[in-house]
Amino acid sequence: MMTKEAFQIILAGSLVAIPCGLLGCFLILRKMAMVGDAISHAVLPGIVIAFLLSGNRDSLTMLLGAGLIGIFTTFLIEFFHRMGKLQTDAAIGVTFTWLFAIGVILIDQFADQVDLDQDCVLYGEIAYVSLEQWTTSDGTMMGPRTLYVAGTVLLLVIVFILMGYKELVVTTFDPVYASAIGISTALWHYLLMAAVSVTTVASFESVGAILVVALFIAPPATAYLLTENLKHMMVLTVVIGVLVSLTGYYLAVLLDGAIAGAMATMAGVFFLIVFLFVGVRKKRKVQKTLLTAPEVIPKHD
Amino acid sequence: MIEHVENPILEIHDLTVSYDRKPVLWDIDLTLPEGKLIGIVGPNGAGKSTLIKAIMNLIPSNSGYVKLFDEHLEKVRNRISYVPQKESVDWDFPASSLDVVLMGRYGQLGLLKKPRKADKEVAMDCLRKVGMDAFAKRQISQLSGGQQQRVFLARALAQQADLYFMDEPFAGVDAATEKTIIDLLRSMSQQGKTVIVVHHDLQSVTRYFDWVLLLNLRLIASGPVESTFTQELLQETYGGKLTLLSEVSNLMRKEGFPHRELRKGKSS
Repeated sequence: MMTKEAFQIILAGSLVAIPCGLLGCFLILRKMAMVGDAISHAVLPGIVIAFLLSGNRDSLTMLLGAGLIGIFTTFLIEFFHRMGKLQTDAAIGVTFTWLFAIGVILIDQFADQVDLDQDCVLYGEIAYVSLEQWTTSDGTMMGPRTLYVAGTVLLLVIVFILMGYKELVVTTFDPVYASAIGISTALWHYLLMAAVSVTTVASFESVGAILVVALFIAPPATAYLLTENLKHMMVLTVVIGVLVSLTGYYLAVLLDGAIAGAMATMAGVFFLIVFLFVGVRKKRKVQKTLLTAPEVIPKHD
Repeated sequence: MIEHVENPILEIHDLTVSYDRKPVLWDIDLTLPEGKLIGIVGPNGAGKSTLIKAIMNLIPSNSGYVKLFDEHLEKVRNRISYVPQKESVDWDFPASSLDVVLMGRYGQLGLLKKPRKADKEVAMDCLRKVGMDAFAKRQISQLSGGQQQRVFLARALAQQADLYFMDEPFAGVDAATEKTIIDLLRSMSQQGKTVIVVHHDLQSVTRYFDWVLLLNLRLIASGPVESTFTQELLQETYGGKLTLLSEVSNLMRKEGFPHRELRKGKSS
């Protein structure tokens, strides 16, 4: 039987994995997986500064601070890429390591003032989900606070994707055409990045700033191998996210190790299994269609 | 040799575009008539794609203005459609042919609205026009290059626009697709639509188009094919590319332009 504590941890893991995976679908289709990585690291100084200013963890300030830093990161990457003619991956590498390092120094410097420590920020503390309860002003215990934060973000992400589905799809598939029919690619790019930033903040307490990227990329990448339909891909991502949380918890129990690490490991294991059984086959099929296609060399102007 | 028209569907005045401070289009000044099938012709790197991107405001221009239907682009955007180069997107994207064609409806739908049954019917109808209705549910990654090009064309049709810009719709397609596309473009033109096509197969220009633009960084000529697609003007457009030119002049000497299919048939 699952204990109440185990259930809460698995639920917290799922509540984090689902929004990460849903946004991750768009990240990998935009070939921006590494931008997700960059943002998940770069929001660290935003988290710390918001923490210093507001003094608590569940405030809106923190989500706002991180959201702004996330957009700032995206902007910096674009800026270095466009103005400096730097390759995108180099621009990403320079930007996020630098911001992440500032975050690490800030935590170090203000360790006595803020209730944040490096281990928690880097590796998460999902094991303590049930310890920190949300208590209302009249003293009623409402249950683990993390569940509320993650649940709210999940809801926001679902609303965002439902409302902007067709814009997200068209700006991802064919940004030039999207602009031609009057849909702003820049606006949707920054909205998506803001959503990624906010989700990262809600997730970092559970799985940590480093491992959260595993939840952004691995479940959608696995789902991508399994289907050629975007809606199915998103549903599969959700299923895989929950499975990662569930199996990750029991792997951690089995090994008596860190839960976040076990979840990221399971995300990798699922990907590997699917890749071995499906990925290779899919690749063969693609090669076959290429061979039977009538035309050979596309002409460029 | 730039022929101007009354009541143009497209008017460009003094347009200059540059990449990285290097001009790629110089001082373009033209007017185009309504309801014609118009080809943009010129050597590689002449700025053909750049010209239609600048018209659609997809890249910034340094000077000049563009008027469509005698209006600014923003006011008439839903009367204009654009077909990008097929290679500009990732065809491994998880979507079906119908999904892609439905994108043609997005501009009219506006924010927060989902495509309805009527939009799906329009999309299916457009797939039928390009002979792809049997492939509506097929994943785009499993289509051949010619079929992908037809899907792109169907998406543009789904916009139900009056003016179409197409960037190399004949590039890398099979003969059957080329015929389907040109038949479709002709019937669109007969219905009064204006179609502007970036093209670089000189042999088919006179067969395909009513009006032609000759472009090489600057506009060399613009006018009806019969009076504009001449050896002197082509020489001016293609400059020193002599081998190509002699090929063209040989073709010009003969009456009309032979079908490639016919030629192939003779040699085999």
